[in-house]
Amino acid sequence: MENRVTEEPTPEAAVTERAERSANADVLLDLRNISLSFGGVKALSNISFDILTGEIRAIIGPNGAGKSSMLNVINGFYHPQEGEIWFDGKLRGPMKPYQIARQGIARTFQNIALFRGMSTLDNLMTGRITHMHAGIFWQALWKGRAEREELAHRERVERIIDFLEIQSIRKTPVGRLPYGLQKRVELGRALAADSKLLLLDEPMAGMNIEEKEDMCRFILDVHDQFGTTIALIEHDMSVVMDIADRVVVLDYGKKIGDGYPDEIRSNQDVIDAYLGVAHD
Amino acid sequence: MSPVVLNTIEVILNGLMTGVMYSLVALGFVLIFKASGIFNYAQGVLALFAALTLVGFQTGQVPFAHVINATFGTDYHHWGEGMNTVLAILLTMAVMVLLAWLVERLVLRHLVNQEPIILFMATIGLAFFLEGLGDLMWGANIKVLDVGLPSGGSFWWEDVTRTWAAEGTEYWGMYIDVLDVWAAGIAVVLVVVLTLFSQYTETGRALRAVADDHQAALTVGISLRTIWVVVWSIAGFVALVAGIMWGAKSGVQFSLSLIALKALPVLILGGFTSIPGAIVGGLIIGVGEKLFEFAIGPMIGGATENWFAYVLALFFLMFRPQGLFGERIIERV
Amino acid sequence: MFYREAGDFKTSYVDDQQTFPIRFDRWGVRVLLLVAFLVVPFLINDYWEKSILIPFLVWSLAALGLNILTGYCGLVSLGTGGFMAVGAYASYKIMTAFPEVNIFFVILLSGGVTALVGILFGLPSLRIKGFYLAVATLAAQFFLIWLFNKAPWFYNYSASGQITVPERSVFGIVVTGPEAASWATYLFCLVFVVLFAFVARNLTRGRLGRSWMAIRDMDIAAEIIGVPPLQAKLSAFAVSSFYIGLAGALFFSVYLGAIEPTEAFNIDKSFLVLFMIIIGGLGSIFGSFVGAAFMVLLPVLFKNIMVGGFGWPTDMVQHFIFVLVGGLIMFFLIVEPHGLAQLWRVTKEKLRLWPFPH
Repeated sequence: MENRVTEEPTPEAAVTERAERSANADVLLDLRNISLSFGGVKALSNISFDILTGEIRAIIGPNGAGKSSMLNVINGFYHPQEGEIWFDGKLRGPMKPYQIARQGIARTFQNIALFRGMSTLDNLMTGRITHMHAGIFWQALWKGRAEREELAHRERVERIIDFLEIQSIRKTPVGRLPYGLQKRVELGRALAADSKLLLLDEPMAGMNIEEKEDMCRFILDVHDQFGTTIALIEHDMSVVMDIADRVVVLDYGKKIGDGYPDEIRSNQDVIDAYLGVAHD
Repeated sequence: MSPVVLNTIEVILNGLMTGVMYSLVALGFVLIFKASGIFNYAQGVLALFAALTLVGFQTGQVPFAHVINATFGTDYHHWGEGMNTVLAILLTMAVMVLLAWLVERLVLRHLVNQEPIILFMATIGLAFFLEGLGDLMWGANIKVLDVGLPSGGSFWWEDVTRTWAAEGTEYWGMYIDVLDVWAAGIAVVLVVVLTLFSQYTETGRALRAVADDHQAALTVGISLRTIWVVVWSIAGFVALVAGIMWGAKSGVQFSLSLIALKALPVLILGGFTSIPGAIVGGLIIGVGEKLFEFAIGPMIGGATENWFAYVLALFFLMFRPQGLFGERIIERV
Repeated sequence: MFYREAGDFKTSYVDDQQTFPIRFDRWGVRVLLLVAFLVVPFLINDYWEKSILIPFLVWSLAALGLNILTGYCGLVSLGTGGFMAVGAYASYKIMTAFPEVNIFFVILLSGGVTALVGILFGLPSLRIKGFYLAVATLAAQFFLIWLFNKAPWFYNYSASGQITVPERSVFGIVVTGPEAASWATYLFCLVFVVLFAFVARNLTRGRLGRSWMAIRDMDIAAEIIGVPPLQAKLSAFAVSSFYIGLAGALFFSVYLGAIEPTEAFNIDKSFLVLFMIIIGGLGSIFGSFVGAAFMVLLPVLFKNIMVGGFGWPTDMVQHFIFVLVGGLIMFFLIVEPHGLAQLWRVTKEKLRLWPFPH
């Protein structure tokens, strides 16, 4: 593990920092030389980074940098042509997205992808689907294991509902909720999965300052209370610098920076990518 | 050539002719789908309705005559001798335009931004509505439609093909219906006209713009509603042509709308957005079902034409869901 | 005022998860069931049985089935008629091959057979969606009907190509064949409907139902959060076909007694059931019943009015009903895509507040 980290072409300082850290913490997700292309278009080229257990990892970059593609690779919606994905100490073979969800990766989406015809409660209960196993016969009778399971998970979901302060919209179809609340319900659905890794795709996009603050609070609370490892994409730099433990920067499908927030802030490549650079 | 080969060729030729008919109906589907994303189940019934209306005008029927008679005990039938075929066709066309306008006004306008499947089910409703309306207006009896196209077997072709048979074999020549040849010719003309229309007229350009991107078309000032009326009118026109052909061939009757259902598998093969696809798909299905019935049918009890097209489409869907000419679908989150 | 839920508090999740959380509804359903089981059998006559009650019960089952597939899982099927035929022929084959099996289990087994056939035709749903799938199910419709027509094994090589139900009884009471009493056939169907309405309710509110609805509302997101699409879609096809198979078996053995597939199970039946769930309410158990009742009663009503009142010929009334139903379908899709069931909910909400507007 140590060897591999030092081999990576990252800035010197970051390498030592990371080596130290990874000695203390476990690597939850390790992406090695990921390349993804659609037809002739290269979405991601040769990207490597890791996510440590218990950290908040931010993925940033300008529009079209490949951030969402990165998340889609992590939860198995896209299959990279090259590279290895190590999750929880094991190399991941070819898997369907739902199998990856069962392994313990949950996510939210950039454009809200809630089940609009279902109530908040049902959306959250669906988030727990990977933990439910009662057979169709008992479900049909609503007895035995099926009933016990429903109740146990209902209790778990109610805790999340309390945590996110959405008790009053428990039975409201989510299609009728305002945008900010929908975002919150979507976070709740991802939380309900009790996953090892939580992927948040622009959780604060389109929100006003207050909603953003709320959302930040929730993310930090989730992190503190449940100890969930979080990877998030965000555009708002101030938010990222405040809440992320480490940041990886993508631009045009390449990794141009990786490290602690203050390193990223002073990284010349990153500044160029965001502010543009004068070409001769 | 041996009679078996000649028979096979005859089957293929007849399949091609049937295929042209399927293509004609499928063409209407594609036009509407491209311009509005609506899968118009009612296209077949539109053909039936057009044919019924045409016969009504031609023979001078009083619309709703038997409804009025049944209710009030009157005895209306015809208002006169009927009219000239060309005039009747023009009037029918006017009815189809009116229908297009009504459909846009009363149905489509209120279903903007609904999911495609809801729109699909709405057109099923429309199909039932039109079918019932057509029968109430013009009566449900089978009608003869004669627009003056020649029909019957071609003797010339029979004589020509008879000479192809090998010496000493018994072969009586191929049968081909002149009407089918006419239909094929008209279909070709129709496609050429539609292509020219969409390439070289302003409305045609607008149509293509809308087909490409609704939003973008709106921003440059194309009125979607007008386009929809235009497109449904054109689809009505195509339906009229298909109705005339089918009607002249086998009479104007309810089964017309069932035959038109076969346009659906045609579209699966050809792709929903491709006009050449609709034509090639129609031909493949036409030839395929005739050949299958000819070669395999007798072994398994015949009447395989009822399902062959659908099962073929089913297999197609498993392996190439976007159709022969459709674009590959890339899913996004 | 008349319809209250105030003061009806829930203190446990068990209470909150009941089928009818409102006390008033619970009592209403109990009364309805009592009447259906204990009163109607004494009042029923042949006309009510044959033209209203049995068709209503049978079509309710079919509508429940299609609603599970279309309303809950978002997969449109135009093959309902074909699947009903599978149920009918399965029951015929089982009845004639194993005469000792009780008719109750025959019907259940027929549902099972139909479920298997449904899974087979549901396989394409993994790759295709929406109206593409609708076209694929047309293949089931046309192919199955053709098969039952052409393969003599299915109709036991009878000369007419028809199948006729043998006489079968439950607890010594004849329920199939011409000798069956009205109240017996009615109760027999009612037991199935009540039992499986209860099952449908349970399935749709639990894990399976949620995975169906997740697939319906946003299939990609559903898969990413852990709903296996294969399992969800095929289970929807299986359960839906099971119900439709039950309906088909009852339609043949209890209702018609003798059938010929091209007539009894043509594509119009597929549309009929689709219309029931659109008008009744997509994704609603209650809606399936309302839709079935509506589509059963509408023709009866109009035939009485128009044939009896205006002296119209029957086929004209039929066309008029086409116009009416087609119009209603468009109307409901435009105005209230959740159908009569939603209208009922809205009315209940109004009633709760009545006579005060807010």
